[in-house]
Amino acid sequence: MLRFFISRLSTFFVTFVGVTLISFAFIRVIPGDPIIVMAGERGMSQERYEELSRQYGFDQPVLTQFWDYLTGVLQGDLGQSFVTKKPVWDEFFALFPATLELSLCAIILAIALGIPAGVIAAVNRGKFFDRALMSSALVGYSMPIFWWALLLIIVFSGNLGWTPVSGRMGLLYYFPTPTGFMLIDSLLSGQSGAFVSAVQHLILPTIVLATIPLAVIARQTRSAMLEVLSEDYIRTARAKGLKPWRINGLHALRNAMIPVITVIGLSVGTLLAGAILTETIFSWPGIGKWMVDSIFRRDYPVVQGGLLLVAVVVMIVNLIVDMLYGLINPRIRTRK
Amino acid sequence: MALLNIRNLSVEFATGGGSFRAVDGVDVTVEGGEVLAIVGESGSGKSVSMLAAMGLLPWTATVTADELSFDGRDLRDLSASARRKVIGREISMIFQEPMSSLNPCFTVGFQIREALKQHLKLDSSARKKRALELMEMVGIPAPEKRLTAFPHQLSGGMNQRVMIAMAIACGPKLLIADEPTTALDVTIQAQILDLLTGLQRDTGMGLILITHDMGVVAETAHRVAVQYAGWKVEDQPVETLFDTPHHPYTAALLAALPERATERRLPTIPGVVPGQFDRPRGCLFSPRCAYADDLCRSTVPPLQSPELGRAKCHYPLSVPAKEEVQ
Repeated sequence: MLRFFISRLSTFFVTFVGVTLISFAFIRVIPGDPIIVMAGERGMSQERYEELSRQYGFDQPVLTQFWDYLTGVLQGDLGQSFVTKKPVWDEFFALFPATLELSLCAIILAIALGIPAGVIAAVNRGKFFDRALMSSALVGYSMPIFWWALLLIIVFSGNLGWTPVSGRMGLLYYFPTPTGFMLIDSLLSGQSGAFVSAVQHLILPTIVLATIPLAVIARQTRSAMLEVLSEDYIRTARAKGLKPWRINGLHALRNAMIPVITVIGLSVGTLLAGAILTETIFSWPGIGKWMVDSIFRRDYPVVQGGLLLVAVVVMIVNLIVDMLYGLINPRIRTRK
Repeated sequence: MALLNIRNLSVEFATGGGSFRAVDGVDVTVEGGEVLAIVGESGSGKSVSMLAAMGLLPWTATVTADELSFDGRDLRDLSASARRKVIGREISMIFQEPMSSLNPCFTVGFQIREALKQHLKLDSSARKKRALELMEMVGIPAPEKRLTAFPHQLSGGMNQRVMIAMAIACGPKLLIADEPTTALDVTIQAQILDLLTGLQRDTGMGLILITHDMGVVAETAHRVAVQYAGWKVEDQPVETLFDTPHHPYTAALLAALPERATERRLPTIPGVVPGQFDRPRGCLFSPRCAYADDLCRSTVPPLQSPELGRAKCHYPLSVPAKEEVQ
């Protein structure tokens, strides 16, 4: 297990440098000069422009700039935002809990509904539930997220008035946020109604963000289950006189989980990408919205640092997924 | 009364090209303590008829029978939950591929204890003790250590022993072994057969041995049923079958045994078992039979008397096997 971990860590490092390079290069490819954006509509004198260029190191060759950035990153310095002058690191950790809370709720919803739905569909193959589920999964998978979000807002926030339109918390409540997770902080604050408000704010963004992973997980679970259900050991389990829920839920599902776990790991990446759209639509103060705003402002350090940190999160999740394979399937655990 | 009594069993599979009758009007009877061998080529419906009795066929199969009873109970009318009380406890089954018949995600100990937990009221420590006993009974060395092993860590022969331990866990009255040695090495085959026949003698259970190995049949079985393309073509005690086969197919099978070969080349049966789309009209064996005439090719043959091995043939052979069947 240790050797496995170390070999993983080395690929981790290579990916890390690669992501640093890509995020550094791409933001520079986008037209627009951060210093001119900084100056705004009034513009600035040539001397002032050159002074700022020197200050931010833009007068250096790009390779030198990259080297300076990389050495800084490796020492834990992601730089400062051009706009707020705050360290990127601090801004990320102030906003990340909001994204994490939303993403966690979404992935939990997707898993909690997707896996049972896939199992039931596989067991009832070809019947009404199976067909209904697979068609709705296809719709969910191919639907544009922003359109789906707007639809939900119009119906549930606009017409029915059940949920708020945007934000994380009602304006009536104010309390310190030590953890950054609104569900926890609202409980800690002791203000009555704060938790309910936090949940109400979470519902629509969670549904929107969970839609695609839910569809993918349900379809993957179904096809993995169908494959496993025709295996010899399922026939053995039936020959033992086991109850159907035990055969399907334990003997079959355990084996079917390997590809499903892969898909769940991959959807974490999709989830963070989806969070950018979802957060923008619901004005959710998370890193998705932060990144979009920073791209518009050509805030190089924030875009680079933000991308890098998101990539690290995805890599950590994938590492956890790889570890989970071994837990679920003993054949992978003892290989080598 | 017979332990397992099946009369006129038919199994049809719904396939893309229409329905396919894999088993057609087969009778099977097994007494308690009897060893019945069912022999026949691949595709003769041996496994399917037993899986039908166990209720293990996929949903594409339709099973019909005039009688399908086990130990006096009608298996056709049983609800799913009542059937689960019989399956795995009173009738159990082992399969051809031991490596894929055990669940790769669970230890063999877990899988044996699971069978005990399902059917017997034993507490956790009693289940552990019984699992260990079973592992010893089927001759697995270092059973304590092996209980925590996963199937992929054991050899095929060991896995088949585990399957047998699991099958006899609840003391079944009938064990169905579906080609239990086909996937194993020759030396292991003999060991597994010895184990099965030894267990059968010790416990007095009925044993149905599905095989296409006539050598296995001669060594282990009391009675032999020969199946061909979904028909049962002959049913005889093993002593008389080898000397006086009554159906030309049985005779041809016996003639193809290497031990009986008199010439340099082994005799073979020309052609293949008919499939879904090339089933002949009359007797299903007529295209490959040395004795077939126009009657055979146009009319389904009747069943002969028990003295003639219930041979499904117009012209049963009543004289000892002739080598010129070829």
